[in-house]
Amino acid sequence: MSQESPVVTVDNAPLNAQIMIDTLKQCGATHLVWLPDTESGYLYESLSTDADLKLIPVTREGETFAIAQGLLMGGKKPVVCIQNTGFFESGDSIRGIWIDLKLPILALVGYRGWEGGGPSADSAATFLEPVIKAWGIPYEIVQTDDEVSKVVPKMYAKAQEVGPVAVLIGGEYGE
Amino acid sequence: MIEGNKALEMLAENRTNEVVITTMSTARAWPAISSRPDLDYPLRGCMGKASSVGLGIALARPDVRVVVLDGDGSLLMNLGTLVTVASQGPKNLVHVVFDGATYDTSGAQPTPGKDIIDWAGLARSAGYKTSANIESADELAKQWPSLLTAEGPVFVRISVDSLWVPRRVPSTKTNSWQELQANIAAI
Repeated sequence: MSQESPVVTVDNAPLNAQIMIDTLKQCGATHLVWLPDTESGYLYESLSTDADLKLIPVTREGETFAIAQGLLMGGKKPVVCIQNTGFFESGDSIRGIWIDLKLPILALVGYRGWEGGGPSADSAATFLEPVIKAWGIPYEIVQTDDEVSKVVPKMYAKAQEVGPVAVLIGGEYGE
Repeated sequence: MIEGNKALEMLAENRTNEVVITTMSTARAWPAISSRPDLDYPLRGCMGKASSVGLGIALARPDVRVVVLDGDGSLLMNLGTLVTVASQGPKNLVHVVFDGATYDTSGAQPTPGKDIIDWAGLARSAGYKTSANIESADELAKQWPSLLTAEGPVFVRISVDSLWVPRRVPSTKTNSWQELQANIAAI
């Protein structure tokens, strides 16, 4: 699979969780299979009462892709939301389910340690893109609400066509 | 303790239109026994996640009953699933664990916790609505019909013999995820 050129910007303004949620709903997503992290924690408050995009919390990230597969086979449109640390933990599910079955599922991956494209002292950040590239998963990075509004629909649509696609969340959601 | 193939045959007797997710040993044996291969899906290539896949289907289609035929070694790889399943509370999910206390597919090495784990107790504590411990064919025959239709999530631990050799079908076509998706949509 070819790689998208990552979007690289530096913007420290917090992401608006509602914009991400509204964007996913406009894409047609029905479920967000999720484990909270510092990048996505504020999504919970907005999603816990949302009837149109159901939140499925898990105990460990490896569950997410398997639950998403089941939702997909049941006719739903799930999106996975985990942090890069959990992405590493999910290796067997990513390989054996998401990639091998070419499941049309978008994953939002919190980019802990993201320094706007500069060097990071956090190994969770330094290994993320090399690992995603090694697995041939197309990805882009978003750090602003504007990027969320533009990139997420594009990558969601790409996932429906080619299978595994990721959006790396370079910013944290704010209150 | 029940012979594994015998236990599967007993489970199959009461099946109507339930979706059945299998993995490891049960995935090898079930095709020779299943009366509804159109609604079967063997989870291969990702250890321990059969119950997670079953949960997803159960949540997507609350009108369809889902049965997961798990193994003790597989469930140990994804033990948090008990809490995830219970917290979602799908009324239509039946989670069966074939407990041989060994990793059968790799040569019957003992699983951690052998002779210690109270599987039914674990599931009950995690929050499963119904939890049963089956030690004999008689118990399975008596309890399975009601367990299959009980309000979920239901957990059923069945004690099966170790070194279980699944009765295989020489070449069996199994559903792709897309085929199962289409077959579930037709229910």
